[in-house]
This record gives sequence, structure tokens and C-alpha cells, in this order.
Amino acid sequence: MTASLTLVIIMAVLYAAGVYVMLERSLTRVLIGFLLVGNATNILIFIMSGPSGSAPIVDGATADAPMVDPLPQALMLTAIVINFGITAFLLALIYRSWWLARLGDRGDTVPDEHARDTEESTDATFDAVDVDDQAIQDILDASDEHVDDESDETRGDR
Amino acid sequence: MIASLLPLVVAIPLLGAAVTLALGRRTRLQVIVSTASLVLVTVLSVALMFDIDTSGTAVVHIGGWEPPWGIVLVADRLSAVMLLISALMLLGVLIFSIGQGIADQNDEETPVSIFYPTYLVLAAGVFDAFVAGDLFNLYVAFEMLLSASYVLLTLGGTGARIRAGVTYIVVSLVSSIIFLAAIALIYGATGTVTIALISERIRDLPQDIQMVLCVALLTGFCIKAAVFPLSFWLPDSYPTAPAPVTAVFAGLLTKVGVYAIIRTDTVLFVDVPLRVPLMVIAFFTLLIGILGALAQADIKRLLSFTLVSHIGYMIFGIAIGGAHALSATIYYIVHHIAVQTTLFLAAGLVERVGGSTSISRLGGVLKASPMVAVLFFIGAMNLGGIPPFSGFLGKLSLFQAGLEDADWLVYVLVAAGAATSLLTLYALVRVWNMGFWRSRNEVTGYSSPLLASLRESPDDSGSVMTKTISKLMLGATTGLVAVTVALTVLAGPLLGYTDRAADYLSTPGNYVSDVFEGGD
Repeated sequence: MTASLTLVIIMAVLYAAGVYVMLERSLTRVLIGFLLVGNATNILIFIMSGPSGSAPIVDGATADAPMVDPLPQALMLTAIVINFGITAFLLALIYRSWWLARLGDRGDTVPDEHARDTEESTDATFDAVDVDDQAIQDILDASDEHVDDESDETRGDR
Repeated sequence: MIASLLPLVVAIPLLGAAVTLALGRRTRLQVIVSTASLVLVTVLSVALMFDIDTSGTAVVHIGGWEPPWGIVLVADRLSAVMLLISALMLLGVLIFSIGQGIADQNDEETPVSIFYPTYLVLAAGVFDAFVAGDLFNLYVAFEMLLSASYVLLTLGGTGARIRAGVTYIVVSLVSSIIFLAAIALIYGATGTVTIALISERIRDLPQDIQMVLCVALLTGFCIKAAVFPLSFWLPDSYPTAPAPVTAVFAGLLTKVGVYAIIRTDTVLFVDVPLRVPLMVIAFFTLLIGILGALAQADIKRLLSFTLVSHIGYMIFGIAIGGAHALSATIYYIVHHIAVQTTLFLAAGLVERVGGSTSISRLGGVLKASPMVAVLFFIGAMNLGGIPPFSGFLGKLSLFQAGLEDADWLVYVLVAAGAATSLLTLYALVRVWNMGFWRSRNEVTGYSSPLLASLRESPDDSGSVMTKTISKLMLGATTGLVAVTVALTVLAGPLLGYTDRAADYLSTPGNYVSDVFEGGD
């Protein structure tokens, strides 16, 4: 099996950088690390497809030319889609944890599209604030990671 | 004939998920659709189990593409029994959660509208993992169930759940990436991802390369199965989720990992000598897990630690190898799925009756609700391995299989297994004495060196708010307890079945030839 040295080096660098960033405490950096490591793995799958060649389409004209192995590309595409979905979820999670840590007491009472649905649900939201307060306090006490997070994200936001 | 219906076990829950998602806020219709899909899958898996037992492994080539080109679904006896027990558990827990939804209609922490679709996706992922005939399909199945589990674990997005969810998600992501990288390496080495074909081609590779590939794959699976030293994430993340979610995670998700380890050991990497390393990790999983359980005051955390610990029995069974040990392992997995799910549901009921799951604050549950107490007691005795329950039978047959051809390592493991069983019993009896037997008014001002030495759960806010238990919740838990008792009553036929399943597994050629010759 042959493989391009450039791709191998890129993969190695992505893995190294990804694992390094993933070990940070801040959630946003974990996400970036996950993206790097995920792409490194995609390149690893790509490397496993062997030497380059023409597109794997049988049209009768180029039947004898060496074709690339199409299966790893299909696997990569699936993996990319899965990574994309999980990244979206992680972003939502990071946003929620930032919301809890930063907005806290106001956080859950800011009106959103569902706030007008029922009287009861609004009451229940007010009740839940105590619980959230406690949680936010815990988060703040437990770690300083969100301090990093906040500065990162406020910079990004503004 | 029935065998060609195999893809439906994945398709029905996925379709159900789509429909329930479209139904959005019409909870009643959602409930009907999700219950109907799981009932259908349960019926189908009963039919499949009988069909596969009489007429051999079911193989379906998706889209008529034969392996190695197409995707193949394979269900042998092991897959069939796993399908059936998981379908039963998923159905039971679904009914429990319907009951809970009715009881807490205005609870903001359980947004029911996304619960059912996500739950059905989780079910589809679990079923797909059991019938996957190629490694990449197994990866997709894992991703399906994991993505659904991320949503279920962080349901409602409260601070505690987000915090627990982050640990769980990051650990799962790492395990998925290790798994995917292992698949890439295996593809590079063998040029295929079809399990049966890998099994044939892997033998031509040098021993050390086989070892590397096998270890890469097993590392990914061991994180999912929560095997020591990769089990640290489990007790921190499971207990914060809502009771039905924890129950289904505890019962099924780790066992999917164990199932994948069995496949790796019996079909994929038959020649790799895994006996000693697996024995060692089984030993540590058993003891470290149960010692962790002894230090917990919170019932849910305690149960999570026993969950980790009892995975050790299954790894022990896989490590011994051979038909008898595999048969005992399969029986033990079935027993453990049922009893662990039931216990977590019972713990959920206890929390509603007593207002807490911490044994330093619980008291008088026996008097408050004898029914809940009995349900918990049966589950606890079963997990602790008291005869005549299935926990005893599972452990006994596992030890017998080990002692057939024993060296000192097996003796050490059997001793560790027996000790773990006793310690499990000790931990659960302590819960019983403190939470159930002690009367309610003894709780305040009660001091004992035992309680002082226990670790409180970090998220326990010490609430004493009790909630009502609907009949449906009690009924679902009772039903699942009945399943665990049935595993004892039907132990004869079931062990006969697992013997046949293990016989089939212990010759990897069976699986390979069935995949290439069978198919509808």
C-alpha cells in the first residue's frame, strides 16, 4: 500500500494539535480539539484508500485506468456528517452552559418563543430559577473554566 | 421468511422517531406511536429468536448487494436474545416514563415532546448494533445511540445535567474517534469492513499487527462498556439523568459495548491471545467497582458503581473463552440487563416515595410503600446473587465454566467474583436497612459511624419533596421484576438456548460461512 507523505504529516499534526487542545479545561477548546481530531481521523481513512487514481466511475472509456478506492470516501462522508451533527449539539451545550454561568438569575426568565405558551409554564420557569442559581454557583465554585469560556465567547460575540 | 424482516427492527423505531417528532406537542399520539413501535419490535424479536433458533442465522443483504460489496445485517442466536431482552427493557422503561410524564405534567425538567423521538432513535441504535454485519455499520449504530443518549442525558438543560453531560459526551466522543480510527486501520490492513471477511483475512496478517488492531478496537469498546480503568466516567454521569433514562442507559448501553467485545473476541480476532489481559482487567473491574459502591450514600451512584463492577463478570466470561463460558456470559448479560434496569427504576420509585436517594436521609420506605420496597428487595437480592434468582445461576455457571480448566489466574478471578457478590449484597442490604427498615422519624438526629464514612453525591440537594407514583410506573416496574424472576423460572430452556448460541460462536467459521452463503 502506498500513501502520500504530505497527508500522513498533516494527519499527525492534526492529531497532535487536537489532542493537545482537547486536554484544556475550557469547553470551547475541547470542541476545537474534537474537530481537529475528527478531521485527522477522516484523513486517516483517506490515507487508507491507497494510491490516487481516476474517479471511480465506470463509463466504458477509462475502464483500464487505475481508479481510487471509493469505499473510504463513502466512510469519510458518513463520518463527516456525524461529526457535523455532534458539533452542532456541542455548540448548543456550550451555549447552554455559558447561559447558565453568565446570565444565571435572569437567564431562564428572558422571554423566548415558548414563554407565552401557558401561565403555568411561566410560573414553573420562575420556580426553576432557585435550582439554576444553585447550579451556577456550583459551576462557578467548582472550576474556573467558565471564566475562560466567557472571555472567549464574549470576544466572539461582540 | 421471518428472517428477511430483520431490517425492520431498526426501521420501525426510526420511522416511529420521525413520526413522533412530526407530532410535536400532541403527547397522546406520540405515546401511542412510540409504544406501538416498541411493541412491534418486541413481537418481531420473539419471532426472530424462535426462527433463528430453529433454522439458523438470519442474514439480510441490504439492497440485494452481496458481501463484501453491500451492507449485510446478521443476527445469530446471540444477537436475537440481545434484541429480545433489550426490546423488553426499552418497552418497560417507556411505559414507566409515560407514567412519570402523566405524574409530572408540569415539570419543566422533562420536556416530553423531544423525549419520545430521541428515545426511539436510541432504541434503533441499540438494535442496529446487535444486527450490524460490518464494522462501519456498527460505528453508525454506536453514533446513533450515543447522539440520542447525549440528548437524553442533558434533558431539560439544568446545571447538574449539563455538567454530568459534558463528561459523558467528551468521553464518548473520544471512544468513538478511537473506534473510527481502528476501523480505518483495519480497512487499510484487510481492505474490507465486513466482519465476516475481516475474520478470514486477518489471519494472514503478522501476529503483532493483529494485536495492534485488536487493542485499538478493544480500547474503543472498553470505554463504552465501562471496563476498568476506562470506567471513571460512568458513576459521575448516569445518576443525574431522569430515572427512566438512567435505567435504560445502565441496562443497555454498557452491554452494547460488551456485545461488541464478544464479537471482537469470537469472530474478528480469534487468534489474538487476549486471555490474560482480559482476566486482569476483569479482576480490577470487579473489585474497584464494588469498593467504589461501598463508599456511596446515594442509591443511584451506588447502583452505578455495582454496574461497573458487574461488567467484570462478563469480561471474565469472555476471557475464559470456550462454549461453556460464553454460554454463561450470555446468560449473565441477559440477567444483568434485566436486573440493572429494574433496580434503577425501583430507585426512581424510591426517590419519589422518600424524596431522596441518599440513604442518610431516607427512611421508612417499607412502611410508606410496601410495594416499592418489595420491588427493590427482589432486584437487590437478584443482583447480590442470592439463590434462587438468576444472578446466582449466572454467577454459578460462570464459575463452573471457569473451574473446568482452571489455572491459578482463574482461581483468583473466581475468588474475586465471589467476594464481589458478597460485597454487592452487603452494599444493598445496607441500603435496605437504612432506607427501608429504619423508620421515618429516626432519620433526624441519627448518627452512626457508617453514615459518617459515606460520600454524599455532589448533586444531592437534600430535598424531601415526595411525588406521586402513578399506577403505570408501578405496573411497568412490576412487569420488569416479573421478567427478572422469569429468567430464573425459564433458566433451563434459556441456558439451553445460550449453550447453542455459544456453540455457534465458538467456531468462528460458522458466522463467516453463514454470511457468505445465506441471505435472502
